Formats: sequence, structure tokens, C-alpha cells
Amino acid sequence: MNAETAGLAEAVSRLRVEAGGAPLLVMQGLVIETSGLGKVQRIVDGIDLELHAGEVLGLIGESGAGKSTIGLAALGYVRPGCRFAGGSVLFDGQDLLDLPPQRCRALRGTRIAYVAQSATASFNPAHRLIDQVVETATRQAGMGRRQAEQDARELFARLALPDPDHIGERFPHELSGGQLQRVMIAMAMICRPDLIVFDEPTTALDVTTQVEILACVRNIVEAFGTAAIYITHDLAVVTQLADRIVVLRHGRIVEEAPTRAMLAAPRESYTRSLWAVRQIRKTPEPDHGAPLLDLDGISASYGSVPVLKDVSLRVRTGGTVALVGESGSGKSTLARVVAGLLSPTAGGVRLQGNGLPRRLQDRSRDQLRRVQLIHQSPDAALNPRHSIREAIGRPLQLHSGLKGVAREARLRELMALVELKPDLLDRLPGALSGGQKQRVCIARALAAGPELLICDEVTSALDQVVQAGILAMLQRLQKELGLSCLFITHDIATVRAIADEVVVMRRGAVVESGPRDAVLETPSEDYTRLLLSCVPDVDPDWLTRLLQQRATAGDLTDAR
Amino acid sequence: MTGVMALRMAPLSARIGLAIVALYLFCLLFAPLVAPYGETEIVGGPWAGGFWDPAAEGPATLLGTDHLGRDVLSRLIYGARNSITLALLTTTLSFLTGTILGLLAAVRGGVVDQVLGRLVDLVMAFPTLIFALLVLAVAGSTLPVLIGVIALLDATRVFRIARAAAMDVAAQDFVEVARLRGEGTGWIMRREILPNIVVPLAAEFGLRFCFVFLFIATLSFIGLGIQPPTADWGSMVRENAAAISFGILMPLFPAGAIALLTIGINLVIDWAAAGHHGVSDER
Repeated sequence: MNAETAGLAEAVSRLRVEAGGAPLLVMQGLVIETSGLGKVQRIVDGIDLELHAGEVLGLIGESGAGKSTIGLAALGYVRPGCRFAGGSVLFDGQDLLDLPPQRCRALRGTRIAYVAQSATASFNPAHRLIDQVVETATRQAGMGRRQAEQDARELFARLALPDPDHIGERFPHELSGGQLQRVMIAMAMICRPDLIVFDEPTTALDVTTQVEILACVRNIVEAFGTAAIYITHDLAVVTQLADRIVVLRHGRIVEEAPTRAMLAAPRESYTRSLWAVRQIRKTPEPDHGAPLLDLDGISASYGSVPVLKDVSLRVRTGGTVALVGESGSGKSTLARVVAGLLSPTAGGVRLQGNGLPRRLQDRSRDQLRRVQLIHQSPDAALNPRHSIREAIGRPLQLHSGLKGVAREARLRELMALVELKPDLLDRLPGALSGGQKQRVCIARALAAGPELLICDEVTSALDQVVQAGILAMLQRLQKELGLSCLFITHDIATVRAIADEVVVMRRGAVVESGPRDAVLETPSEDYTRLLLSCVPDVDPDWLTRLLQQRATAGDLTDAR
Repeated sequence: MTGVMALRMAPLSARIGLAIVALYLFCLLFAPLVAPYGETEIVGGPWAGGFWDPAAEGPATLLGTDHLGRDVLSRLIYGARNSITLALLTTTLSFLTGTILGLLAAVRGGVVDQVLGRLVDLVMAFPTLIFALLVLAVAGSTLPVLIGVIALLDATRVFRIARAAAMDVAAQDFVEVARLRGEGTGWIMRREILPNIVVPLAAEFGLRFCFVFLFIATLSFIGLGIQPPTADWGSMVRENAAAISFGILMPLFPAGAIALLTIGINLVIDWAAAGHHGVSDER
């Protein structure tokens, strides 16, 4: 933070103090370090923050920026392997870092609550929801069991959960991800805390569900006047909720401003780069090549559960088809069918007019070479014990029989193609960042010399800035190498950035398909319209407007 | 990290473990040179006292003599040869079998997994000792049979662990990538999965090694293991067990030798496993 912004922030906070008393939470010069052996890293490096009662503060930044660490520090907690190395966290006047652990624990859950990213991972699968929701209230806040349950049911109703009186009797696995997230918000609210930390509560959810959660969060925070810290990497999401936004990078504050002021005039170039993906836009080139991939009436099932119903689509040579839909719509299953990992129960896969065998074992090595699948999570797709050289070198050896010097030269070429330095070749995947790992996966797919790339949510696990880099690179590679691409995503901004054509899927069937602009600008199906309406804009009034529209037009979700 | 550097950075516990293992290996390799007397040489009266006993009879023996008047220290040193070699051979064999079959079951799944799994269940259904006794009684208590029987029994446990660990890895996307590349079962087992389950397997190896050791000792104890007069720590305990009731320390020495080696090996393996993690998880 430079001197000028510091001065400004100070002036703003002085004004606030004069207007509304002491702030609820003050972090001063907070430093958090990893405490492992070897080199010590500062993951949070001198953070100053202030939060007043009833205020919502948005923390935004790429992964590794220290967002979650700061969020947890607001509870006086650090993850194992880290330690507070300096500064203070004043909550309501008392320094959480100096408090004895017991008193600090007593504050958590009662006065400061935390809502984690993955509700599915945060509930104990062996206990009924209601028992978990009321636990803090009965054990720490001294509320009676009956009263706490009554209160929980009211919160369930307020959060628009179905059957609020009895939903608590269920077990976590009986609810959907979005419902669980709402139960978790109820759990956080049960003691009416002064402060809630939301740690990316919608990141793992579909856009349609995300809207509901955002509405819930806003509604409940306003109703109870709770202060909140909302952590996310999605600018559009945070603008719907936050009064003030703090942009973080490498554990430091890049920029801090009221939401509208930041959107209107971001000062730092890094802040502007958070829009990056939204600014890439491919000029679509429809109808320019013979069909490369032809799917004809594909049906498939896992065991006896049907997942795909009569799906047909076509990818042209050099073109990109984006496959869009919520989780569970069968997008990834379709990718597995094309790759040969799952045999369809009906229909056929044709590549350049020639049918591909249904089962992987029946495909020739050359057929395998021509279709390459890139997975969503590069962490899982790279063997942690193989160096990058082995990972990319193996397909070279297997598919093109390259050895020795020729192989080494090709390896370096491929690394250059995916914009990585050749000295990374000898590293293990663990030593690379998420974006670098995904580039390695792309290089590995290119090493085979494919004609069709199937990209299964390849950028979903990455930050906006890294995403933009990878999408731009994919586009360049496609042009240079004449590749065709089946791009699976749930993110409409990504579709705009890369697709020529769009196929919308829902519950295993194609809802709508066509040229990108036709589908996105003038959708003909209700479901496509719903999906598109749920994609947040970087506009603080977007959510309000959407909810008003829905209220007046009758709930569009009825179309679901 | 080079070997020398790794040694220099090793924690105290690992150094102790390495020292113990080195001492045993030395005895194993140079038994005839190190041992003061021969393996079966009778040097004095039965159960003569050692260094602690100023009234010890006959020639000086550091750890005293056994029930036949043989030097305990010499027999311990020769015993290291027989016991450790046998245990090492058996454990290696059981790990080879167990790991290969476990990996195969995890990678191929389906019928292969079912058949192997049920076969292992079948073998595991017999109490190990009874099964070993049965086979040894039928086939005779020769070394190859002994090694084979114990390796087979132990391989079932290794199979379970290798299969469970490999199943987790086999579900990962990189194995799918390998399949999509057209790799064969052998490559997937050896190159994709094995390197990722080496750590739990190595830890298990240390544990199993000690169990095998004790199992051979048990068999020797009931007279079906290594046959006299060959020195073996298990049979040394058995032959001299009665001495305990007379307050003679002698049976504690071979028992202590077994315990010390167990500790040494586990210290080394803990360190090796931790080191393996440390290197790969460094970011």
C-alpha cells in the first residue's frame, strides 16, 4: 500500500469512527508465517483492516494471496503449520492473539462465526443436521435445546430451505450442495454472531445455486445487522454483497475502496486485471470446416442410472464447441464417452467420419492419440512422482517414437508452446503452481499430436488472472496447430472467451445448441435464459435487479 | 539430495537406527571373524555367568554360556546370520508376491480382483500358526519350505495393504491419462502406481520384517523352525527358557537382540518415509 492510499484509508476510517463508534474488528500490521522447518514464508505480510458493526467487507485475490488465512485470523486462528508473527487482531477491543486459548474459543461460534467453502466436507456425515446446527448454541451459548431447535427452524425458513420444520432431521448426504451451504449459514447464525467470515461459500456451486446463496447471505446479514468478511476470487460475486472491497496479492493489500468507487475507478493495474477473463472474446468463425467429431444419439449410464439421453453434437475442424450446463448435467460423462472411458449404451462416436470403437481397449494407439482429454484438476492429472520431463516425454516416446536428442528438442518446443521455461522440466509437479501444472497437462496432450482436445473444466480450479492466460494460450495454440476443441465449462465468461458454438445440456440431454452469439444473446429455451440470468455481472445492482425481476415475473426457477 | 548429505541431516533417532542396523549387518557378514568361538563349540559348563559374574568358570565369555556350555555371544553373532537372512528373504518374497498381486487386483479390478481377493480370504481364514504347522509337518521342516510357507502367509497381509493403497491411487486422474495413452497394465502398476505407494509399503516392510522374525522364532520355539545345532535367536530363547526360573539372564540376550533390531529397523524406516514425503511436498 503506498503512502497516499494509506493516508486516504486512514481518513476514511477516522470519519467512520467519528460517525459510528469503535470498529468491531481491527487488524493492525498482521503478519502470519509458515512455521515449518527450512525457509520461513510470510503468507500474510502486514495487513491493516477495519470492520465496523453491520459492514460487509469483501476480500478478493488469487489463490495464495492469503485471503483465507486472513479470514481465519479474524477468529484468532491459524492453520497448522502457520503462526502469528506480528501485529494484532482486535475484536471488540480485545486482542485475540493475546487472549488465552479458552477465551478465544469461547468467542468462536458465539460472537464470530465461520462459513467454509465446502459444506459437504464441513458437516459430520454421521450426525443429523439439527444436532450439528444447535451444538454451539446449546454447549457454548447456554441456550436451551428446545429453544435452539426452534430458532434453527426459523433460520431454515428464512433461508428458504424446503420443509424447514423437518429438514434438520436429515443427514448431510440427503441434501444438495446448495442446501447444505444454507444449513451451514444457519449454523453460523444460530448464536447471532457479531461477525461472520464467509470463505468462498459459492465457489463450488453452480451459477443457479450461487444466486440463491448470494440472496440468502445478503438477506440474513441485512436482517440481523451482522458484520461480515466475504472471501472470494470472483469480482462479480463480491460486488453484490460488499460495502467495501480489499484486493489482496501475495499477503499484502493492493487496493482498498468502497465497492462502487473501486468498480468505477480501480487505481491499481492489478485490480483491473481481475476483470481479465471477461475481456477476452473470440470472434467466432462458424461453419468453416468439415466435421471432425460427430456424436450421434449417444446414451450412456452408470450402472442402471441413465446419465446421457440421445445426445448428438458436432465439432468442426479447427472449431471450438462449448458444452455448458450445471453439475450433474452429464457434460463430463459425455467427455468420457468420447475419450472411450465409458462405453455408450446407444449411439456412436465418429472421428472424421470413421467410427471409434466404444471401449478403450478396442481403440488403436493411433485412435487414442487423436483424441486427448485434459482434466479439470491438474493436481490429480499429473503423477506426483513423475518429473515434468517424464510426464510430457512419455507420450512423445509412445506415440511418435522420439528418443534422445530429438525427444529433448521436442520437449523444449512443447514447453515453449505452453509458455513455460525449460528449466521446469526436471521439477516434480508439487513444485509448480496450479496454472503451471495445467500448462504442463496441455503440453502433455499436445505431445501426442492430437486432432481433438477435450477440455473438461480446465480453468475452473484456477484464478481469474491465470485463467485468462490459459484461455488466451489455448486460443493461440488452436489457431497455430489447427486443433478442434470440445470445451466443457459452467462459466459463461469462459464460453464468450473461447467458443464458436455452444451446446447447453441439462439432465443428460441437449437443451439448446447453435452458434455462440445466437445462443448467448437470443436464447430460445427458458432453461438457457435462466442459466444466463444467473451469471453475475460486475455491477453492484445486478443481484437486486435480478431478484426484483424474478419477484415480478413469477419465479423463473419454476422452469427447473 | 545425495546420500552423504541425507545422512548428515538425519535426526538422532535415524542415526541410532542406522548404527544398530549397521552393527547387525557387520555381524551378519563377518560372523566367523567377529565371533570369539565357533557356532557349536562347547567352551564351558552350562549357563556359566558372563561379565557380570566375577566367579565365572572356564574361559572368559562375555555373555556367559547356554544350556550346553556354548558361548552365547558367538551364537548370537552366528544367529544373526541365520535369523536375519531368513527373515529378510521371507519378507522380500512375501512383499514381491503381495505387492504384485495387490497392484494387479487394483488396476485390473473386476474378476481378477474378486478371484485374488477371495483366494487371499481363504488363506487368511486359517490361523497362521496352525497352517504353518500343517504344511511344515507334511512337507518337512526344511529351509525352502519354511521360507515359502511364511512368505505365502505374510503375502496375504501385504496384498491387502498394497491393494487398498493402490486403489486410492488407481482412482486418480493420472492413471486415467495413462490408460487413455494406451499404457499396459504393467506400466500402470510399475510406473504410475507403485511410486505413490512406496512409503506405506516401506513402513509395512519394517513391521512385517519384525513379525516374520518373531514368527520364525515362534516356529523355532516349538521346534519346527531352524533345526539345532544351527544358531537362531528364536531357538536360543526356547532352548534356554527354563533358565529364567533359576534367575539366569541368558534367554534375555537373544530376545534383546530381536527387540533391538526391531527398533533399529523401524527408526530407519520412519526416517526414510518422512524424508520421502519431505522432498516431494516441498513447494
